[in-house]
Amino acid sequence: MKRVVSSAKVIVAALGLAAIAAPALAQQGLDEPFQKPFKEALAGKTVAYVPVAMNFDLTEGWYAGMKKELEPYGVKFEIRDPNWNTNAGAQAVTSLISEKPAVMIIHNPDVQTYAKLLQRAENEGIYVIQINMGSAYRSSAFVGANWIEIGERDTDAVVKSCQGKSNKIAIVQGALSAAASAYTLKGVENVLAKHPEIKVVSSQAADWDAAKAKAITQTVLKQNPDLCGIVGFWDGMDIGTAAAVKEAGLTGKVFVATSGGGERKGACELVKSGAFDLNLSYDVPTQAADLAAMIKWLLSSGAKAGSVKGSAYTTLVPITKENADSATACWNLSDLKK
Amino acid sequence: MKRFRFNQQEIVFAVFAILFLVFSIFLRGFLTPENMLTLLQNVAVLGILGLAMAIVVIGRGIDISLIAALAVPPGLVLQMVQNGHSLTASVLTAVLLTIAFGLVNGWLIAYAEVPSLFATLATGLLLAGLGQAALFQLDVVQWSDGMAGFERLGQGTILGIPTSIVMFALACIVVAFLLRRTRWGAYIYAIGDNPYAARVTGIPSRPIIVLQYVIAALIGCFAGLVMAASVNSMPTRIFNSTLIYDVILVVVLGGIGLSGGRGGVLNVIIGTLLIGTMLNGMTIMDISYAGQNLVKGVVLLLAVITDSFLNPRNEETAQQGDI
Repeated sequence: MKRVVSSAKVIVAALGLAAIAAPALAQQGLDEPFQKPFKEALAGKTVAYVPVAMNFDLTEGWYAGMKKELEPYGVKFEIRDPNWNTNAGAQAVTSLISEKPAVMIIHNPDVQTYAKLLQRAENEGIYVIQINMGSAYRSSAFVGANWIEIGERDTDAVVKSCQGKSNKIAIVQGALSAAASAYTLKGVENVLAKHPEIKVVSSQAADWDAAKAKAITQTVLKQNPDLCGIVGFWDGMDIGTAAAVKEAGLTGKVFVATSGGGERKGACELVKSGAFDLNLSYDVPTQAADLAAMIKWLLSSGAKAGSVKGSAYTTLVPITKENADSATACWNLSDLKK
Repeated sequence: MKRFRFNQQEIVFAVFAILFLVFSIFLRGFLTPENMLTLLQNVAVLGILGLAMAIVVIGRGIDISLIAALAVPPGLVLQMVQNGHSLTASVLTAVLLTIAFGLVNGWLIAYAEVPSLFATLATGLLLAGLGQAALFQLDVVQWSDGMAGFERLGQGTILGIPTSIVMFALACIVVAFLLRRTRWGAYIYAIGDNPYAARVTGIPSRPIIVLQYVIAALIGCFAGLVMAASVNSMPTRIFNSTLIYDVILVVVLGGIGLSGGRGGVLNVIIGTLLIGTMLNGMTIMDISYAGQNLVKGVVLLLAVITDSFLNPRNEETAQQGDI
């Protein structure tokens, strides 16, 4: 009984103290002067998004990630989906320039097509952020993978696995017109220049097509059963490369290195199954977060479009047998959309 | 006139034989049993599609929507299994979708009398769009655990022969039987040769045309399943590729005249072999992509020119909307 009384006293005393102290504390509250202009800078702004196509892991992932970050601030999104059609993409960018969104997120199909248009957009005061595949024009921001680095690191891994073996490697390129493919090839060449002992028995473009990659790899493996490694340029295509290696019974003997966006089914699952030995992931959720950060920064900075130019190259996540099981190495689109 | 010349089938076979001989002599590693199997395996899906196209072309039509039938229903199978449906239910749904698609194609061409080129161009876009918008989450539909066992349709070997070759052979036998041994097959030739005469003689030409497109779509779907099993995924983006031109190339090269009524399964096999030999040889020689396209383009051009020389158009055979 005594205890109850005493604890009641304590509570009453505490309440009393709080009552006295509260107004004093409130008077000391500080207004953060930058958050309001930040909110105002974002509210009601339109971000236009022009990927090369929707419906694949990268572009869907970027969109979901940006939306999640920016919609709570009242940012509106507008997608223009050219569905792999470069002309339709150029038209979309042109019409967007006259619609004047605050920011344009551009995924270039090649280096040249949009370059002039993007410059015009920035002259009109639209911030242009290029994602993963840049153009010849350097805009306010570039977020994306460093393809040269991908080519170098994939080739390094293949060369290393070839030590003491036949030193014969094959390269499965993407589409010849794509900058990502050409840059990656440059990275491959950089490493090969340092390793004259490596012999490239085949270097062909499979057009980002798994069936073509499989056909090419099958033929190459029949001609060179002692092949020690393959550098592939995209995991969505190299699923065919890996299928050819598996059918030849050479899984584990031929080192398959590739790269991609790190979506679970396309990356981690395939590394786990042994199809790929190395998959360099340009983790899409991170890229989406980078994009969102760039948008926030640019909109709140008030800088004139095109007056500042910078890049945020993505830190690559090498996915191998060691980390393919972990929860963080890969991502699921469904989770990102939540 | 033809008595004095080779027909196209013989010309193509001769080209194939020469090419094969040259590669065998000068290209190390070409004439090995393993490489021969790889060669066939690489073009098996193309060959199956060629059979579908052949049926339609013999009936004086063309089916541009074949790649949509290859991509969408098999993609649906993979997607449904990924979403937790049973394999049987998924395959059944895909087959029903394919039949419905073939019926729409056939109805448009036979009853609404839309030229086949335009009708299938539009329906192909429609089906591919439907797949992208409503059916698939991502354009590469990945294999999932529920599909276990199904990959045997496109991987591994049966009696030492890669499965996809066996599937091509099976499809050849079925189509050959249909075209040469059934009344429907004879009707298809009759309609292709002269649709008006066929109708006058009492052949149910409209239902037969519908049948052609349904069968073509089903074969396309089958080719897609073999392909998906072979690469452990369905890259539905293949609809945007130039595969349909390769299919037409196989058919025309093989000597099935685009004006209809001529050719058969043998022509498809010859066309497929020639393409396979070309692709395989060029891959072994490590010819660049642009170079390969150039060679393919020149060969197609030659084939089309030869076709129009050997199967000349006249007022009787040509009609608006033909290609």
